[in-house]
Amino acid sequence: MKTKLTAAAMAACMAAGPALADLVFPDLSYRTGPYAAGGIPFSDGYRDYFTLVNERDGGIGGVEARVIECETGYNTEKGVECYEATKGEGALVYQPLSTGITYQLIPKVQADGIPLHTMGYGRTSAKNGEVFEWVFNYPANYWDAASVAIKHLLDENGGDLSGKDITLLYHNSAYGKEPIRTLEDLSEKHGYNLSTIAVDHPGQEQKSQWLRIRRERPDYVIMWGWGVMNQVAIQEAANVRFPMENFIGNWWAGAEHDVTPAGDAADGYKALNMNRIADYPVFEDIQEYVVDAGLAAGDGSNVGKVLYTRGMYAAMLAVEAAKTAQEMHGIAQIDAAMMRDGMEALEMTEAKMEELGMAGIGPEFAVSCSNHGGSGGGIVQQWDASAGEWEPITDYIQPDDAVLDPLVEEDSMAFAEENDIELRCNES
Amino acid sequence: MPEQFFWGVEVVLNGLMAGVLYALVALGFVLIFKASGIFNYSQGVLALFAALTLVGIMDGQVPFAHLINAIFGTDIHHFGWHLPALAAILLTALVMVALAWAVQRFIFRHLVGQEPIILFMATIGLAYFLEGVGDIMWGADIKNLDVGLPQGINATIDELTYQWFGYGFFIDNLDISATLIAAALVTVLILFAQYTKQGRAMRAVADDHQAALSVGVSLNFIWIMVWSLAGIVALVAGIMWGTKMGVQFSLSLIALKALPVLMLGGFTSIPGAIVGGLIIGVGEKLFEFLIGPMVGGATENWFAYVLALVFLVFRPQGLFGEKIIERV
Repeated sequence: MKTKLTAAAMAACMAAGPALADLVFPDLSYRTGPYAAGGIPFSDGYRDYFTLVNERDGGIGGVEARVIECETGYNTEKGVECYEATKGEGALVYQPLSTGITYQLIPKVQADGIPLHTMGYGRTSAKNGEVFEWVFNYPANYWDAASVAIKHLLDENGGDLSGKDITLLYHNSAYGKEPIRTLEDLSEKHGYNLSTIAVDHPGQEQKSQWLRIRRERPDYVIMWGWGVMNQVAIQEAANVRFPMENFIGNWWAGAEHDVTPAGDAADGYKALNMNRIADYPVFEDIQEYVVDAGLAAGDGSNVGKVLYTRGMYAAMLAVEAAKTAQEMHGIAQIDAAMMRDGMEALEMTEAKMEELGMAGIGPEFAVSCSNHGGSGGGIVQQWDASAGEWEPITDYIQPDDAVLDPLVEEDSMAFAEENDIELRCNES
Repeated sequence: MPEQFFWGVEVVLNGLMAGVLYALVALGFVLIFKASGIFNYSQGVLALFAALTLVGIMDGQVPFAHLINAIFGTDIHHFGWHLPALAAILLTALVMVALAWAVQRFIFRHLVGQEPIILFMATIGLAYFLEGVGDIMWGADIKNLDVGLPQGINATIDELTYQWFGYGFFIDNLDISATLIAAALVTVLILFAQYTKQGRAMRAVADDHQAALSVGVSLNFIWIMVWSLAGIVALVAGIMWGTKMGVQFSLSLIALKALPVLMLGGFTSIPGAIVGGLIIGVGEKLFEFLIGPMVGGATENWFAYVLALVFLVFRPQGLFGEKIIERV
C-alpha cells in the first residue's frame, strides 16, 4: 500500500511539474469582455505563428513550441492569476497585452527571472535595460509613438509646427496619460500649442469632448484610445465634421474594427503602426499549415488584419529570440534565463524578415544590454473606407531620441532608486 | 460673451439628448423593480444580448456557429439572407419575450419568497450567463448595426441657428431619433399601464403582491410580461447605443450610466427615470463644460454619481420614488 501511494505521489509530481520536451509560451489573452475585439485577433496571430513553426519547421530548433492560453479578460487581477498559474510550466516569456497587467508583473518577473515582452505598451522606461533586466519593449514604446506622430505632422507642415493647435484626446488612465509628458516636451521644442482632453473609461459617451473640439477647432487631434473609446471617437469626429486626415490615433487605435462602425465617414482617418500591414508570403503558409489543417486559433477570418499581424509579429520576435538563445547557449531546450539572453541579443534585419516571409513587417533593430526598446520606429497608415483597408502612407519614422532618451533615463533611474536596483551593463 | 452663452445652450441641448439615452437604459431597471422588487443587474447585458441578436438575425448569422463547427467539423456561418431592419427587430423582440419566459421559468420561479439580496445575486449570475451565451452564440467581434437611423450633425438646425444667432448648434440626428423613440416608448408604456387589463394587473402586483394574488392576478404571467417589456426596452437601448458605437461587449457597461439616473429619479417611477436621465445628462455635460477644463476633465461619471449621492442624502427614495415608511 505504501509503495502504491509513493508511486502515485511521484506520478502526480511528474504530471504537475514542467514538461521538458517543449518550449512554453504563455498567451495571456482576452477573448471575452469589453476588449475582446482587440484581444482575439492578437491572440489568434500569436498562437497561429507558433502552430506554423511547429507544423512547418518541426518546432524551434527541433523542439516543439507549446502555447498555454489563459484568459485575463483584460483584467489586471486575472492577468496576475494567469501569470502565477502558468509560470511553473516552464514559461519562457510573457506577453500580457495590457499596460495594467504589465505594471503588476514587472516586480514579479524580476523576482522570478522570467522575461516580459511588452511590445508597444507597458512601462516605457523599461527600454532602459540597465535598470529593467527582465523587461523588453522592442520594437517601440508609447513615447516613441508620440514622437512619431509629431514627426509625421512636422513632415506634413514643412518641418514647422509653430502656432499649430494640437489636441490629445486620451483614455483617462495610466495608459492614456503616457504620452502627455512627451508631447509637452515636444511642444516646447517645436512651438505648437498642446491641449489635452480626457475621456472616462470606457469611453462610450464623448459628446462633451467632441463639442469642445468643435468649438476649439484644433489643427490636429491625436488619440490615445483603446476599446470602445476608439469607435465612438471616430464616429463623433465624423459627426462634428472634423477632418479625418487631421485625426491620428496611436497604434492601439488603428485596427479595422476601430473604423468600420463609422462606415464611409471614417475614410481618411490615420493611425500609427509599429508593424506594416501587407500581403506577406507567411500568410500563405499560415493558411496551408494552420488554417486549412484545422489548427487555427480562430476561424481564420482574422488572418492579415492589423492586430492579427501584430500578434504574429510578436510571436515571430519570440521565436527569433528563442533561436538566438539556442545558438548562444548551444542547447535546444532553453530556459527562461537563456531566453532573456536571446532577447537581449536579438537583431532584426531586413534580410531576416524577408527570409521569414514578412519583409518590412517591422523596423530593423538590435537589442542590447542597455537598450531593450529597439529602434522605436513607426509608420503612419490611413483608412481607405471604399477599399476597406489600411494603406501605409509613410516608411518607418524614427522618433526624436534627443527628447525621449532623457525622459527614459529620468523615469528609469527613479524606478531604480525606489526599488534599490543596481545598474547593470558596464559596457564602457 | 454671447458665444459662451450659445456654447452653454448647445451643451444643455446635447445634455438633454444624452439624458434620454441614459433614461432608456434606466427604464428597463424601473419596470422590473417596480413589479417584482428585483434590482436587475443584468439590464445592461440584456441590451447587449438584444443588440447582438438583432444584428445576428439581420445578417443571417448562424447562432452558435463556432460551437457547431467545432463539434461537427462543419463550416457554416451564415444562412445567406439579409433581413430588413423592421422584421429583424420584431423577431428579436420575440426572442426577448422567450428569454423572459425562460428567466422566469428557470430562475425566479424557484426563488419566490427569497430575500431581495438573493434575487439581486441571481441577476448577477444571469448577467454573466447571458454575456457568455451571447459570446458563444454570436461571437465577440464588433458588429455594425444599421437600422436606417440617421447619424451626424443635423444640417437644418446647424444652418437655422447659424442664421439666427451667428453660431450653428450641433445636434446629432441619432440623438433626435432616440428622443422621439423614447417619447413614443414611454407614452405607450404609460398608456399600457393605465388603460389595459394587463397593465392594471402589473400595477396591482407592483402595489401589493399578496393583494394582487388574492384577486386572481397571476404573478407568473405578470413577471414574464414585465421581463418581456424590460427586454424590449433593452432592445431599443441596444439599437440606439449599438448604432452609435457598434455592437460590442462593452455595450453592457451602459448600465453604469443608468445607476445615477435611478438613484436620482427613483427605482419605481417611469417618469422618474426620464426626468432623472435628463437631469443627469444636462448636469454632467454642464459641469464638464464649466468646471471640467479647470480640473483636468473627465468629470462626467464622477459628477453623475456625486449628484445622485446628494439626492440620496436628502431624498433617499429619489425624486419620484415611493417613500417607504415602516412603523414599529
